[in-house]
Amino acid sequence: MWPLIALAVILAVDGFISPGFFHVRVVEGRLFGNVIDILYRAMPTALVALGMAIVIGTKGIDLSVGSVIAIVGAVITWRIHAGDPHFVILLIALGVGILCGLWNGFLVAVLDIQPIIATLILMVSGRGIGLMINLLYGGTNPSFTSPLLQGLSVGHIGLIPTRLILGAAIFGALWLLIRRTALGLFLESVGGNSAAADLAGINARLIKFAAYLICALCAAWAGVVLAADTHTSDPVSVGLYIELDAILAVVIGGGSLAGGRIYLGMTVLGALVIQALTTSILTSGLPPEYNLVVKAVVVIIVLLLQSENLRNALYARLGGRKR
Amino acid sequence: MNAKYLPLLATIVVFSALFITGGILYNNFFSTLVLGDILADNAFIIIAAIGTTFVILSGGIDLSIGSMIGFVGVVMANLDVVGWHPLASAGMMLCFGLAFGALQGLIIDFCEIQPFIVTLAGLFLLRGSCFMINLDSVPIRHPFVASFAEASIPLPGGGFLASSAIVMLIALAAAIVMAHFTRFGANIYAIGGDRVSAALMGVPMRRTTVSIYALGGFYSALGGVIYALYTSSGYPLAGTGNELSAIASVVLGGTVLTGGVGMVAGTLFGGMILGLIATLINFNGSLNGAWIMISGGVLLFLFIVMQRSLLSSFRLRGVG
Amino acid sequence: MLGVSKAFPGVRALERVDFRVEAGEVHALLGENGAGKSTLIKIMTGALRGDEGEIRIDGRPVEIGAPGEARALGIGTVYQEVNLIPTMSVTKNLTLGRQPRRFGLIAWRAARNRARERLKRLNIDIDVERPLGSYSVAIQQLVAIARALEEDTRVLVLDEPTASLDANETELLFRIMRDFKLRGIAMVFITHFIDQVYQIADRISVLRNGRLVGSAATADLPPLKLISLMLGRELERTEERVAAAAPAARGQPILLAEGVGRRRLMEPFDLSIRAGEVVGLAGLLGSGRTEVAKLIFGAVRSDSGRLSVGGVPVTSRSPGRSLRLGMAFCPEDRKAEGLFGELTVRENIVLGLQTKRGWLRRLSHDEQEELAQKMIKALGIATPDADKPVGQLSGGNQQKVVLARALVSDPRILILDEPTRGIDVGAHADVVALIRSLCAQGLALLVASSELDELVAVSDRIAVLRDRRKIGEIAEREITRENVIRTIAGAKA
Repeated sequence: MWPLIALAVILAVDGFISPGFFHVRVVEGRLFGNVIDILYRAMPTALVALGMAIVIGTKGIDLSVGSVIAIVGAVITWRIHAGDPHFVILLIALGVGILCGLWNGFLVAVLDIQPIIATLILMVSGRGIGLMINLLYGGTNPSFTSPLLQGLSVGHIGLIPTRLILGAAIFGALWLLIRRTALGLFLESVGGNSAAADLAGINARLIKFAAYLICALCAAWAGVVLAADTHTSDPVSVGLYIELDAILAVVIGGGSLAGGRIYLGMTVLGALVIQALTTSILTSGLPPEYNLVVKAVVVIIVLLLQSENLRNALYARLGGRKR
Repeated sequence: MNAKYLPLLATIVVFSALFITGGILYNNFFSTLVLGDILADNAFIIIAAIGTTFVILSGGIDLSIGSMIGFVGVVMANLDVVGWHPLASAGMMLCFGLAFGALQGLIIDFCEIQPFIVTLAGLFLLRGSCFMINLDSVPIRHPFVASFAEASIPLPGGGFLASSAIVMLIALAAAIVMAHFTRFGANIYAIGGDRVSAALMGVPMRRTTVSIYALGGFYSALGGVIYALYTSSGYPLAGTGNELSAIASVVLGGTVLTGGVGMVAGTLFGGMILGLIATLINFNGSLNGAWIMISGGVLLFLFIVMQRSLLSSFRLRGVG
Repeated sequence: MLGVSKAFPGVRALERVDFRVEAGEVHALLGENGAGKSTLIKIMTGALRGDEGEIRIDGRPVEIGAPGEARALGIGTVYQEVNLIPTMSVTKNLTLGRQPRRFGLIAWRAARNRARERLKRLNIDIDVERPLGSYSVAIQQLVAIARALEEDTRVLVLDEPTASLDANETELLFRIMRDFKLRGIAMVFITHFIDQVYQIADRISVLRNGRLVGSAATADLPPLKLISLMLGRELERTEERVAAAAPAARGQPILLAEGVGRRRLMEPFDLSIRAGEVVGLAGLLGSGRTEVAKLIFGAVRSDSGRLSVGGVPVTSRSPGRSLRLGMAFCPEDRKAEGLFGELTVRENIVLGLQTKRGWLRRLSHDEQEELAQKMIKALGIATPDADKPVGQLSGGNQQKVVLARALVSDPRILILDEPTRGIDVGAHADVVALIRSLCAQGLALLVASSELDELVAVSDRIAVLRDRRKIGEIAEREITRENVIRTIAGAKA
């Protein structure tokens, strides 16, 4: 509920401040406009947020997604320079994501390490691995050209940007996986009450493994798109702080860090809210530096509203009656 | 007695091993000059990490450290432009750090929101405020800064203990006293060890939680002050990523991320290990920053696994 | 404590309970899980506030709003879970919050001395600097007692202090308690070990379903009467024993356990259940009822014995495997082990069948709805619709949901652990009727329960447990309350 309202409010304010905000035009056979821009830029974050939502549902967290993106970017650049067919490279990139997911899953599900700590390891070392890979093929210029990736990044099918179709496809696939099989139910059960999940016959270990795999895969896809955007590998700064944005998107979308319900659609909305904030600030003429502060304030308000204690205290104060 | 000091011992051993390795590999490495440099360069982040140690000991986490460092520097630089003496602005920022931390602690406890998210919002708020004030670096020109930078204590062997390192050591001493010789410190360990039991044993939960985060904020601010004086400027991007280094320093120092076990003194060595690795790599020249990150990750992994087995061995023995 | 009542959402934990303890007296408090003991203790020690009633010390009414206040009034508590900090040293645990100070800083030498002194009063001499968690539970408990015993402690509450102690350690504890008696300290001793009650207690009180069902001097309460009080039910209505289907028609056992056991948890036992048969597990708290149920279901791994289902031996055991073999299980603690509070009624119910089918073959929404409605009707679950989060239902309805989940997988063997805990009378009758009809259709049933009357009414055979060992079986016509009680009381090691 809240994310929808928040998004609506932000867009309404936009429309008020800059008339013509919603104006959408067609340039070079493709849709353009502020609204499209929001969707466009939010896509990688939304992907990561979807994977994050799944992991958070199992009462876990994955801080390493930014590093996965960095590694994927480096691997793509490396293989392109090595001459592999680009479609195969796509598969390799996803394979790298799977490897990272397996690593995280191993630490959390098998070694039983707390997720925040377990994923911290890849978070700290991942970008170094990316840098290492950049070094491997010896070049100093890690940039590349790839029509396939270019197409993914800025291309369009009909009027709609390709990446939005890609995003929708991945969202659709995830939705099918989570809601059209029992996996979603199992994930939410493991996160909701793991003792009961065990007794109910769910293999909690396997489910957690799956969650981290899916999350890393989503991050890998985001890595492909981001690498395509910049035509280069920049392990140090690509996807910086994306994990924080993703977690915020999940929380705004209604997910709780304590595990439980997974709200796929709402999480995407959460990512849109965050991006809409950024875009609104840009178009409103406020200096872009205000972005972070506004983001912080919005997040704080959402959190405070979601807190029961605070709500109760406020009602007591305003209503004048003791609860 | 033994089991308690094991993680700290391990950290000191790793640090010494690294230092000696450096001495073997390179001339002039094994000297107080290098040691003094490492201390001076990393003083600011070790100070912040000390504050974080308290937070982590209680089972929480603070992601706003790095942003606080940047914010403090930027404000100090701007106050310098208006004519404030650096010490005065430093004093004010320390109070701010205390208050900001306390506010975070209050929100965490009262609204029952996880520390990760609350301090994340704090991170955005402070970093964003940095950018709102300044987009570029602003120098601090007050003559005090120069005299501060020059003040140092000579060490045997030709090295120097810079003023920033001296401040850090004093802060560390205060932290050690607080952690091990006050009721407040005992309460922190209790909450981190077993939250439910601590409450049942009569530990004042809200007061302690707020104080812990206030203390963390204070130390982060102090780190920011030192950084500003050391670099004689206020840089809005200062401290980016420092929350990670701080947390890594704490873990490498032997403190368990779930809380209850660890020593503040360990954080000093943990931070020094990170500083040592960076120095070693710089000395080499052919390696690059990637190695710092990878080795950091590997070390973290080893320490985490060691901590896990340590914890489970001494918890299991108690259980019938 | 006079007339104390306390209600939680959906459940009346305590109903006008009176409780008094004199100086120098050991007063034992007994009752099954859920009887209200912990709630009474929590009110006594300030962790909770009662809705009604008052507390008096030395005849003066007092208010106890927080653990600190109870402490100040001279009430010390040793919790069942040894609520101390295992990562801190013994000294630190003993002195937390009360460390001796010099110039504002803690004087550790004085603290260590104080700790050693306290422990010496209990005749213990250990290294006070080692982490508490490195000691055995027995020692940890003694440290907890030392902490609870301040200079001015008048009342000492001991919650299941002997649960993890062996015979020697228990004897040590009792010696200490007898010493306390001489010092005039009043003690409240919560336990489920009947033997120990007779060894140390001066008075006994029994709580049942939130009510005080009996309180007398130990001398006036022989074991048979005590056990009867504990296993009896407060309702006047007695269930008629209904003769089950002809035993001869049942044939081979559908479940056969031979020598199944687990070290430190349950002595190896044999058990067989035939189709359409109801086997009851009777025994006092701690006798092993839940352990037997979980071992059979595979929720707990056994380290000895064999199990076969439908004549086929089962090698690797896990709840998932058991489900696929046709077993279903309703755990005792529905909140911690049975329900997913945030998930809807429908999801909780449907999970029972879904786990059997695996993750790929998901039940469609319609199928789920149909199943859920069927169960809601069959068990009379009071909920406006199936999409309500199960955490919002009342206790009794929650229990029905747990049962519904077990039944939805169409099991041939159903294992129930305390199925009627927290269910009101009407719901109770529904449940019993449903189960009876299922048994008539061939369902094999294993029921662990503290409600002896119910077991007696529905069981074809009762396995009697005591102190983690199966001590006997009572079949058919021999099944009466008296026989069960006698078996429990009579088989003293």
